[in-house]
Amino acid sequence: MLRIQEKLQILADAAKYDVSCSSSGVKKSNGGKGLGNSDGMGICHSYTEDGRCVSLLKVLLTNHCIFDCAYCVSRKSNDIPRAAFTVNEVVELTINFYRRNYIEGLFLSSGIFKNADYTMERLVRIAKLLRTEHNFHGYIHLKTIPGASPELLLEAGLYADRLSVNIELPSEKSLQHLAPEKNYKEIFEPMNFLSTKLISSKEERKIFKKAPKFAAAGQSTQLIVGASPESDRQILKLAGGLYSEQRLKRVYYSGYIPVMSDTRLPSLTSLPPLLRENRMYQADWLMRFYGFAVDEIAPENVPFLDTELDPKMAYALRNPAMFPVEINTADYELILRVPGIGVKSAKMIVAARKHAFLTLENLKKMGVATNRAQYFITCKGVLASQMPNAKPEQIRQLVMSNHNKHQKKHTGQLSLF
Amino acid sequence: MVTPNNQLPLFTPVSPVRQNAGSYAPKPYKQQFLFLYDGTFNGLLTTIFEIYERKAEPLRIEAAHKNQPFLFGQCLSVETNLDKAQRVMLGIEKKTSQGALHSLYKAFLAEQPGIEMIIYRWVKYAMASNMNIETNFTNDDVLRIKQINKQISREVHRMHAFVRFQRTADNIYFATVSPDFDVLPLLADHFERRYPDQQWVIYDTKRKKGIYFNMTETLDIELETTSVAMNSGTLDEEITHEEEQLFKLLWQNYFVATNITERKNMKLHIKHVPKRYWKYLSEKQPEINLNTAQTQHSLMGAQARYLNTKKAA
Repeated sequence: MLRIQEKLQILADAAKYDVSCSSSGVKKSNGGKGLGNSDGMGICHSYTEDGRCVSLLKVLLTNHCIFDCAYCVSRKSNDIPRAAFTVNEVVELTINFYRRNYIEGLFLSSGIFKNADYTMERLVRIAKLLRTEHNFHGYIHLKTIPGASPELLLEAGLYADRLSVNIELPSEKSLQHLAPEKNYKEIFEPMNFLSTKLISSKEERKIFKKAPKFAAAGQSTQLIVGASPESDRQILKLAGGLYSEQRLKRVYYSGYIPVMSDTRLPSLTSLPPLLRENRMYQADWLMRFYGFAVDEIAPENVPFLDTELDPKMAYALRNPAMFPVEINTADYELILRVPGIGVKSAKMIVAARKHAFLTLENLKKMGVATNRAQYFITCKGVLASQMPNAKPEQIRQLVMSNHNKHQKKHTGQLSLF
Repeated sequence: MVTPNNQLPLFTPVSPVRQNAGSYAPKPYKQQFLFLYDGTFNGLLTTIFEIYERKAEPLRIEAAHKNQPFLFGQCLSVETNLDKAQRVMLGIEKKTSQGALHSLYKAFLAEQPGIEMIIYRWVKYAMASNMNIETNFTNDDVLRIKQINKQISREVHRMHAFVRFQRTADNIYFATVSPDFDVLPLLADHFERRYPDQQWVIYDTKRKKGIYFNMTETLDIELETTSVAMNSGTLDEEITHEEEQLFKLLWQNYFVATNITERKNMKLHIKHVPKRYWKYLSEKQPEINLNTAQTQHSLMGAQARYLNTKKAA
């Protein structure tokens, strides 16, 4: 095996637990020169066999690390092969992959060697080289190393489209327990610093169009689900705060995959909590695109999301007084709350009903999942399911028998009788 | 045996039957036409112009080369006329939003049987209405145009993702595709903007035509070569750039390394990357075999060059 192959293998393997791979959120052109652009919507150039998007060349600069975080495969005490790219190797890989249309750009992270600033400085140098020497206009996502100095963060924002610092553990207590060298202050300080800077830079650009762009695709972070005891409600509360306070563009949820045995963590044989992770993403979507508050998705008395039903359906069944909604007159925001109606369908409904009264048949043709929506909508005053007396519990049974693609996963041991 | 009076006759006449001419003037015999056009979008727009001009209701509109025998009514061949097409375009633009015409064009490229009549009825409906009808999804033709647009946009997006260039010895980046629809005309813009400083070719092996960007403009091309293996899109070794194998191999390695085996989910994988696209995806092609001495030698050479130039840089 060639040395460069070996390095790529080690450093891509070590980077893969960072789930973010998005290349969206920024629109920029190269002005007809140089290499690359970004269209705003992001492109997944391939998908791994686990079904995740491959949009960026996602590698660590090195997996040498002075920290010993229990959940991390690159922790100091883990006996694994180590490697480090040179600055030019990363640059050449990025450019050559990009020219062949393999990727949208680079996502560069790193283990911490020597100290935070030393590491951050190298990440920034690569981004700078790509932008200035190679006239590269593709997407660059840089990891902010906790504890790095504000000057370096500012420089990073000039070259990168997106910056992220991973919180990983959804409470400070768990962080201290599993990653004793890290603390919330060192994570939130750069995040807050960047969010202030992002807002002020946007304001500046409103006044001076030529003011330099600063990490136009904003910040993101990642939370590990299932490595520590926090409830879904706690995690969503944290995420909701990050969206509203720190103005994050994305929060990613990563179902914990046991990478080594440690008494503080789920055992190596336990399966990654994929269904729980999926529900977290659904809940996240409800917060970002459907106008739901955390307290509506996971109220105090129901701190965990229903694994058998999607969170929007679960909400509807908990709040029967909100329904049914008349499809021909209700506000967009209310239509958006109906299970089985997504953002696209809701927009189509609101646009189409200016022309004619909509029937259930129309909705079906337009792509609404009427098998779920029917219990919660009326068309011209008639309840679509024609079951006006159905209790939430009944609807739950009906929906589940109709829609049981996840049920198998819970069965586990087959019953004998 | 008695047949009830109200029973339908076994055969419904296909061609209109002339009404009996009494003291009233006979209703004019409404003739139905089959319009033949040249298979281009401008041809279709010209046809629509002719339909209005002659007040002749079409039964079908078909590309001349796909024409099926037509038994009833009259065949009319339309000659494409850019002025007439332009007038129809202006008419559509007056009645609808800016994107509407483009969405009709995209639907046209989807090559679906009967698309001409859907587009004709869409235009007729738009012309007759006082409102912009684009969002009236209770109308089947409007909904159909919207749905076909979704399909074709997805295919375009897939091509943006799945095109895999190979670098040739003379520095052209070459890719083969075989999309479900004729999306090549919709691809040039994206790749021009993305790679303004590189020459590239995207060749549609299904429709046997390609586009070539020479760093100034994109040209339609045909390919007369035996240097491309059509089953995998792979270029012959002698016309391939010396670094190509190395980066293809590294990409294949990356694709494997970035996967999390504990989360394996082939159903989801295939949903996102349907099998019909696999043959031209470098990461899905057999891994380059390092054992053959020659490959090993050329890869080592490529690696050495790659690392040396980097040191010099």
